[in-house]
Amino acid sequence: MREKELEKLKDYKYGFSTDIESIKAPKGLNEKVIKFISNIKKEPDWMLDWRLKAFNRLKVLKEPNWQKPKYPKIDYQDLYYYSAPKSASEKPKNLEDLDPKILETYNKLGIPLQEQKRLNGIAVDAVFDSVSVATTFKDKLTEKGIIFCSISEAIQKHPDLVKKYLGTVIPVTDHFFATLNSAVFTDGSFVYVPPNTRCPMELSTYFRINASDTGQFERTLIIADKGSYVSYLEGCTAPMRDENQLHAANVELVALDDAEIKYSTVQNWYPGDKDGKGGIYNFVTKRGLCKGNNSKISWTQVETGSAITWKYPSCILKGDNSIGEFYSIAITNNHQKADTGTKMIHLGRNTKSKIISKGISAGFSDMTYRGLVDISSKAHNSSNYTQCDSLLMGNKCGAHTVPYIKNKNSESNIAHEATTSKISEDQLHYCKQRGLNSEEAVGLIVNGFCKEVLQQLPMEFAVEAQKLVGISLEGSIG
Amino acid sequence: MENQLKNDFEKIVKTSGFSKKDIDIKKIYLNQFIKKGFPSKKLENWKFSDINQIIKKNIGYLDFYNDYSLPNKIDPSIFIKGLEHNKIVFINGRIEKIEFNYEDENKIEILDEVEIKDKSNFENSLIDLNNAFTNKYYKIVVKENYSLKKPLIIYHTTNENLNLKNINLRLDFLLKANSCLKLIDISNDSSKKNFINTIYNFELNQDSILKNYKIDQKANTNIKYSFNNIDQDINSVSETFILSSGSNFIKNEINCNLNGKYSSAFINGIFSLNEKRHHEIRTSINHLIDNTKSYQLIKSVLENDSKSVYQGKIFVNSDAQKTDGYQLSKAILLSENAEFNAKPELEIYADDVKCSHGSASGNLNQDSIFYLMSRGLDYKQSKELLINGFLLDVVEKITDSEVRNLIKNLIGVKE
Repeated sequence: MREKELEKLKDYKYGFSTDIESIKAPKGLNEKVIKFISNIKKEPDWMLDWRLKAFNRLKVLKEPNWQKPKYPKIDYQDLYYYSAPKSASEKPKNLEDLDPKILETYNKLGIPLQEQKRLNGIAVDAVFDSVSVATTFKDKLTEKGIIFCSISEAIQKHPDLVKKYLGTVIPVTDHFFATLNSAVFTDGSFVYVPPNTRCPMELSTYFRINASDTGQFERTLIIADKGSYVSYLEGCTAPMRDENQLHAANVELVALDDAEIKYSTVQNWYPGDKDGKGGIYNFVTKRGLCKGNNSKISWTQVETGSAITWKYPSCILKGDNSIGEFYSIAITNNHQKADTGTKMIHLGRNTKSKIISKGISAGFSDMTYRGLVDISSKAHNSSNYTQCDSLLMGNKCGAHTVPYIKNKNSESNIAHEATTSKISEDQLHYCKQRGLNSEEAVGLIVNGFCKEVLQQLPMEFAVEAQKLVGISLEGSIG
Repeated sequence: MENQLKNDFEKIVKTSGFSKKDIDIKKIYLNQFIKKGFPSKKLENWKFSDINQIIKKNIGYLDFYNDYSLPNKIDPSIFIKGLEHNKIVFINGRIEKIEFNYEDENKIEILDEVEIKDKSNFENSLIDLNNAFTNKYYKIVVKENYSLKKPLIIYHTTNENLNLKNINLRLDFLLKANSCLKLIDISNDSSKKNFINTIYNFELNQDSILKNYKIDQKANTNIKYSFNNIDQDINSVSETFILSSGSNFIKNEINCNLNGKYSSAFINGIFSLNEKRHHEIRTSINHLIDNTKSYQLIKSVLENDSKSVYQGKIFVNSDAQKTDGYQLSKAILLSENAEFNAKPELEIYADDVKCSHGSASGNLNQDSIFYLMSRGLDYKQSKELLINGFLLDVVEKITDSEVRNLIKNLIGVKE
C-alpha cells in the first residue's frame, strides 16, 4: 500500500496531504453557510449584504454549458464552502505561532515562508484551504505604503479601498461561477500599490487545497494606483484525491493612469491520475481593467495541472493608449482537458493588445484555445496581434482553436494567425544524433516552442516552469 | 406563426400533386420547423447573424404559400451574352426551363420527383423548412467519363410579382466517376423583401470535378440563405467561388465532407458590400480520411454601414493524417461604421497535419496610398488601384478562364 502511494507521488510530487485539524462550515450552499463564513471572518454588514446579493442572483443563474470539455454535474449542496486549519482561527502574529505542520507543508512545497530563507526577496501570502495563513515581508512593504495582506484583513482594515474596487471588474452578477465565488469566497490576497511607487519585490500567493470535499473559492484584488508598478505571482497545488474538486476563484486587477500590473500564474493543481480519475476543476474568472490612460496589464500563465482548466484571463482596455498582453502555455497530458484563452476588449483610443498562446496536447487530452478580440467603434487607431500555435503528440488527443474576431473600427487593425503541427522528425533526428534521448529531445524542442512565453516569467518562476513543462510531458513519447 | 405555417402547408398539399408518402414526410419536417423556428443568435452558428430578427425587421409578415400553377414568361435579356452555356431558369421559385443544348443527351440524366432523403442530422431548421415547402425538385446526373462541354448557368430570377414570400429551392447533383461539371449561379432579383432559401446537394464520385460559381450582384432587398452540401469521394475536386454583394442579407453555408483519399476542396469568396448590407459565409470542411486538402480565401471590402461575417471551420478526424488545411480571411474597412467579424476555427484530432489560419482586418495601407500618390495618381485612383489588387488576388484563383473573365467584368477588376 505504502509503495503504491509512493509510486503515485512520483508522478505528482505535491500529491501528499497534511493531517491537520480543521474547522469546516456545514456542508451545502445556503444563506446560513454564507452567514457562517461572514461571521467567522468577522465581516462588517455591508460585506454580508454584498454576499447575499450575489447569492440571490445565483439562484436564477444557470450553470454554463457551452465549453468543450464536459464534466459530470457538480452537486453544489455536497461541498464544504469553508475549511480552515483549526490553529489559524486566530491569525498568527508571527511565523513562530504558525502551526508547524502547515509550515512543514509549505517547506515540502518549496515555498519560502520563513523570512530567513529570503529567496531573492519574494513576499509570499500563503492560502491553505480557505484561509490565508501567513504573509511575509510585511514590514518592508509597509514602509513603502504598499498594502499586501489577505482579503479578509483588507475588508477590516481598509474597507474604503475594498468597497471602492471590489466587484468593479467582475460584477456580482457576472456569470455562474463568478457569482458563486462572490457569495462564498473565503480568502485571497489584496494588494494596493500607492501612486508613483514601484513595488520593490515580487509579490506572490501560494494556494493549497488540503481538505477533501472542499471547494476553494479565493478572491484576489490588485489595485495599482497612478504611476505604480507591481508584479504578482501565483502558484497552486493540491493533494491527490480520487474525487474531483472544484476551484472557482475570482481575480480582479485595476490599473489606474500610467500604472502597470504583471500577473503570472504557474498552475499545477492535481491533474488526476493516468486514467483521468480525480483532479481539480479549475474554473477561474480573471479579469483586468486598464482604467486609466497609458496603463498596462500583462497576464502570463503556465497551465500544466487540473483535470479541467476553463478560464479566460481578460483585459478591458478602457483608458486611452492602454496595453493588454496575454502569454500562455497550456499543456495537457493523459485525460486532462483545457478550454482556455483570453478576451481583449478595446474601448479606448490607441489601445494595443498582444496574444501569444502555445498549446501542447499529448495522451488522450483535449485542448481548446478560445479567444475574443473586440474592437469597438470608438477605439480608434487600435491594434491587436494574435498568435496561437498548437503542438500535437499522437492521434488520440485534440487541439482546437476558436477565435472570435470583431472589428468595428476602420482605423484599427487586427491580425491573427494560428498553426497546428507536430514535432518534426527532422528536429528529433537532429537532437538524437547529438546524443539526447527521445524525452530530452522532445523537452528541448517543446521548451523552444514555448520560449516566447517563458521569457515573460520572472526569473525564479521561469526555471520552475521550464522544469514543469518537461515533467508534464513525461511518458507521452513513444 | 404556427397556424399560418399549417394553413399555408395545407394550401400547398391541396394544389400540388404530392403522394401520400411525400406529404407524411413533409409533415415531419414541418413539425420540426415549427418546433425550432427560425434560427436566432442563441445558436452558435447564427451568433453574428440573427436571421430571426432580420426577417422580423425587414419582412415582418412572411407568406409561405406560392402558386406554382401558372408558368412565368422568360425575359431573354437576363441571359449572359458572349458565353455559350446550358440553362436552368427559375422564376419566382418555379422551374421554367431546363436546356442542355450543347451536350450529349445520353450523358445527362434529369430525374424529377426525387424522394426526400433524411438529412435532418444537420440540426438546421432552415433545411427542415426547405424540405417541408419545396415544390418539386430535380436531380441532375452526369454520367461516367463525361465532361460538360459548356458551363451550366442557373438563373435565379424573381420579378415584381413576388412580395413578402418565402421561396424554397432545391437541386441535387450526382457527378459519376471521372465526370466534370461547371456550374454558375446567377441571381437576378427585381422583387422586394422575400426570403429565399436554396439548398444544393452535390455527390462527387471518384475523380470527378465540380466547379461552382455563385454570383449575387444585382442590388435587391431580399433575404437569402443558401446551403451547399458536398460529399467527395477519392481524388475528387470541388471548387466554390462566391461573389456576395447584391442582396440585403445573404448567408452562404458550405458543408464539405472529404470522404475519399486525395480529395480536395477549394473555397474562395469576395464580399463587396455597401449601404446596410449584412452578408455571411460559413464553411465547414470535414477532413475524414488521410491525404486530403482544403484551401479557403475570403476577402471583404466594406463601405458605409455594411457588415461581413466569415465563420470557417476545419475539422480533422483522428484518421485524417497528412491533412493540409489552410484558411485566410482579410477585410478592408472603408467606412467608420463598417464591421467585420470572423471566427476561423480549427478542430483537430490527428497529429501529422498541417493546418493554419490567418485573419486580418483594417484600413487601406496609408504607406501604399502615399506611394501611389507620390507617383501622380489622385487619392481616388490610388484607393481603387489598391482595392483592385486586393480583390484580383481572389479572382485569380478561379480556374476556369471564361468564368474568370466574366467575373472580372462583373466587378470591374482589371489585371
